[in-house]
Amino acid sequence: MNKLGKVVKVGIADLNIAKAPNTIRTSGLGSCVGAVIFDKTKKIAGLAHIMLPDSKQVSRKEINEYKYADTAITILVEKLLHKGARMHALQAKIAGGAQMFQFANGNDMMKIGRRNIDATKKILAYYKIPIISSDVGGNSGRTIEFEPETSMLKIRTVNKGETFI
Amino acid sequence: MDIHKLSDIQKDVLREIGNIGAGNAVTALSSMLQRKIDMEVPSIRLVSFNEMIEVIGGPEHIITAIVFRVEGKAPGTVYFIMSIKEAEILIQEILKDNIALFDENNQIHELASSVLQEVGNILTGSYLSALSDFTKINMRPSIPYLSVDMAGAIVVDGLLELSKIIDYALIIDTKINSGDLMNDINGQFFFIPDADSFAQIFHSLGFYDE
Repeated sequence: MNKLGKVVKVGIADLNIAKAPNTIRTSGLGSCVGAVIFDKTKKIAGLAHIMLPDSKQVSRKEINEYKYADTAITILVEKLLHKGARMHALQAKIAGGAQMFQFANGNDMMKIGRRNIDATKKILAYYKIPIISSDVGGNSGRTIEFEPETSMLKIRTVNKGETFI
Repeated sequence: MDIHKLSDIQKDVLREIGNIGAGNAVTALSSMLQRKIDMEVPSIRLVSFNEMIEVIGGPEHIITAIVFRVEGKAPGTVYFIMSIKEAEILIQEILKDNIALFDENNQIHELASSVLQEVGNILTGSYLSALSDFTKINMRPSIPYLSVDMAGAIVVDGLLELSKIIDYALIIDTKINSGDLMNDINGQFFFIPDADSFAQIFHSLGFYDE
């Protein structure tokens, strides 16, 4: 990728925004989902590292809103619009939601990857943001990096090397 | 109970749990390999998820992890973590054969994987039975799960049960090493009790939360 910009890093249960020529990246996605929302023409993108599907299942008042699909995507969209992205132009690419371990006692928590994917798709549909490409499921960790300049998402896994979607 | 406000005595108790569990596991590993294995005094740390991953080398650092869930009254997750090179040394010593962890198709070698899972089984069993004896809490291990992948991806999956409640993990971290410079085997045991388990453990040991 380009050498001019800097890389904006996003941690676990975190989110951020990048404008070209910068890129935005998050490392070591397992069952977490990396959701990139971008305005192709304005060359601005936001990335959320989503850990859990639904903030409404939590009874506590104080929550980390960046951790859940529903709240993180909402905040990310607001931040993008504030930075000059246009609602009607927003598109998404998503990756992650793997199942790292095949736990035998298939309780709900263990299918968290699948539930994170479903919750991310649902909230994106609510905002009418189309998902134009995705690389989800499986059982490998992923590191992803998005380039607002070209709207390409680079995905790296241990076994398959680098791919672009 | 609030894990941010653990007293020194409570920390000592957790350190002792790490000591006893890993001590027993190290004895098992040592007799399996027929050589001396040392362990360090466990450290007890309260860390955020991102810090926890930094502890084991950063989110993209590739690790060999044998993971098992602990079920029963004080559920939690135990990780035994090695680097790829250390896992290979362990496999080669046990099999007396020059096997690499990954085969030519970049898949985990079947025999290597089964050796690591068996090692995991033995270490797990001895770790947990020591904990169980000490705390008088019945702890049942799941079968061991092996994964060789990015640290971030592996660790987060074990922390999910916790993350519903809090944004921090209390880790009981014990390092073991064989002290052999050429063929050193270093490993790290992490016991991460689920949020509700601390109260159970302390209660069983006669500490009551005011």
